[in-house]
Amino acid sequence: MIETRKLVKRFGMKAVLRGVDFRVEQGEFVALLGPNGAGKTTFLRILASLSRPSLGEVKVAGHSLPHQAAAVRARLGVVSHLPLLYGDLTAEENLQFYARMYNIPNYAPRITEVLQMVGLENRRRDLVRTFSRGMQQRLAIGRAVLHDPEVVLFDEPYTGLDQDASAMLDEVLRSVAARGRTVVMTSHDLARAEDLATRFDILSRGVIAASASRADLGKQNLLSFYKQALAG
Amino acid sequence: MQAKPLALKILDITAVLLFAVGAYMALVYAPTEAVMGQVQRVFYFHVATAWVALLGFIAAGVTGVIYLVTKNMKWDIVEVAAVEISLVFFFITIVLGSIWARPIWNTWWTWDPRLTTAAVTELIYIAYFMLRQGIEDPDRRARFGAVYTLVGAVSAPITFFAIRLFRTIHPVVIGSPSAEAQGGFSMTADMRTAFFFNLFAFTVIFVSFFWNRIRMGQMQARVEQLKLKVMQ
Amino acid sequence: MSDRPVTANSKRLSTVQDPPSANFARAVWAVVQKDLAAEFRSRELLSAMLVFAILVILIFNFALELDIKVRQSVTAGVLWTTFAFAGTLGLNRSMAVEKDRGCLDGLLLAPVDRAAIYFGKVISNLAFMMIVEAIVLPVYSFLYNINLFDPGLLLVILLGSIGYTAVGTLLASMAVQARTRDVLLPILLFPVAIPVLLASVKASGGFLSGAELTEIMPSLNLLIVYDVIFLSLAFMVFDSVVEE
Repeated sequence: MIETRKLVKRFGMKAVLRGVDFRVEQGEFVALLGPNGAGKTTFLRILASLSRPSLGEVKVAGHSLPHQAAAVRARLGVVSHLPLLYGDLTAEENLQFYARMYNIPNYAPRITEVLQMVGLENRRRDLVRTFSRGMQQRLAIGRAVLHDPEVVLFDEPYTGLDQDASAMLDEVLRSVAARGRTVVMTSHDLARAEDLATRFDILSRGVIAASASRADLGKQNLLSFYKQALAG
Repeated sequence: MQAKPLALKILDITAVLLFAVGAYMALVYAPTEAVMGQVQRVFYFHVATAWVALLGFIAAGVTGVIYLVTKNMKWDIVEVAAVEISLVFFFITIVLGSIWARPIWNTWWTWDPRLTTAAVTELIYIAYFMLRQGIEDPDRRARFGAVYTLVGAVSAPITFFAIRLFRTIHPVVIGSPSAEAQGGFSMTADMRTAFFFNLFAFTVIFVSFFWNRIRMGQMQARVEQLKLKVMQ
Repeated sequence: MSDRPVTANSKRLSTVQDPPSANFARAVWAVVQKDLAAEFRSRELLSAMLVFAILVILIFNFALELDIKVRQSVTAGVLWTTFAFAGTLGLNRSMAVEKDRGCLDGLLLAPVDRAAIYFGKVISNLAFMMIVEAIVLPVYSFLYNINLFDPGLLLVILLGSIGYTAVGTLLASMAVQARTRDVLLPILLFPVAIPVLLASVKASGGFLSGAELTEIMPSLNLLIVYDVIFLSLAFMVFDSVVEE
């Protein structure tokens, strides 16, 4: 579903990603872990077609980037640490706007469906700027899956959320993933990632330093695997 | 660090010699103009520097387009070089023009199309550098710089026509609106020789400056690269 | 919790294929509607532009001693200075809204042509500017007892505002991505918008003083040329401004 080969991204002279080989099969939930500045967000922005790779191949949902970006965008949902929502519009209006941008026909029932999924159905007519951080983040997820994408990317979805909000987000994330979608999520939060993901990849100094599936990990806990990968 | 290329050394020396000869021709060889006297000698440098500034202006616009098409950073270096040289030479042109205008037009400044366009172009260049200064990411800085030089290159000629248009209804305070009309003169053969020689000399000076400035830009890029290498 | 399953055979939501031009128009219209809906709810941008415009006129009133004789010759200049200042305020705000909550990324993630986003923003910025102009004109007429309702003048205002927002929207989308974004837009915009302001002032002055149409035509032509050139230039380079 997602494949990158020898992916390099430079900002000016500075190489942030230096040859990332990364592969995700359909239905996998991959947690991309790594310290700050490892290039997780940059990597996700490239997969999301928001940033161009300097070198290397990127394929998402069967189309290569950046040349077939439009085809990729139609099959892709993205949740970043910013909400990507308009504060002066209601929850429903925000979704209506994006439904039209994605050219979804007869979007009204789909919007209701998505609002139910993220548990905001009774706040649909409220302005987004009155929402708490957690509600905004859930609506952002609703926005990302509105067009029923095959691939969903999450960039630090837990940033700024308290315990309750995080727990609710877990549930939403699970339901997004449970439908056979391919998910890639970056996170610092090892405990949450451990619960959700089926595979753990560690990005360090611009390359994938280690990768292990839930089965590979066995009894070893994620934290020690993570520490080992960074040390090695 | 590679040594200065021989061709560039020769070019530098030629430029200095040509400048000396050009100065001699303008200040000594050319006959004194009958009506305006010695101050007319400014004219040789004034037109030559304006010509160079215009060359830089065109070079900046063209390299801006090339950068946007190729996205190759070396064109960004060329573009900055062209803008910088053009900025300095337009400034010299304006100062020399004012020195000439004070006794001839009896004013330092007039809102003539040429003067105003030169001044507006200077403002565009200053805005260009302020824009670049506000952006950290080198690729984005280069893209925005190229877009802005392009916008400037298209708007400056339109500005020239717009002011011409504007002047036609406004009362003309000092004689007629164009330079030829007041303070115009016909060149003798010697004057013409001095004039064209200076035009040639300044073209060579321009090429020499341009080459040196591009080389400096490349060295700056190299320094950045080495700095990053040391840091890692 | 319900969400439709994704299987290889499931009919995708976005399977309807329209001609590209219909898609383009829909995206432009979606952006415009979204901007207008948000603005008519908060009225932050319009009220700021309007109050600012009235203040500029107030300052001109005392700075220029707008008595009857002076008024005749400077009305066009005062109006366009006011529109230009209020315009930058609106342009900056309208693009900052997109940048602040990452909405620009949201727009870029949609499978639409980037030019559709540009034209959508131009149309909504133009609408804001025209709304402000539609309020400032009668206020000015009322304050100074000058009749400003000349169809020719309205045409000039339309053409001038199109050129101003065409180049302003492009530059504002660069300015909001810079560190110095609060001060940058006027510095970038004014030097390149001089032709549009000059031609607008000249043409407006012509219509107000009842000049012959042949005298005004060159300015109108220049405005049209400027509008066409900068709309097409922005159309070509907008990608480079928003995409990394």
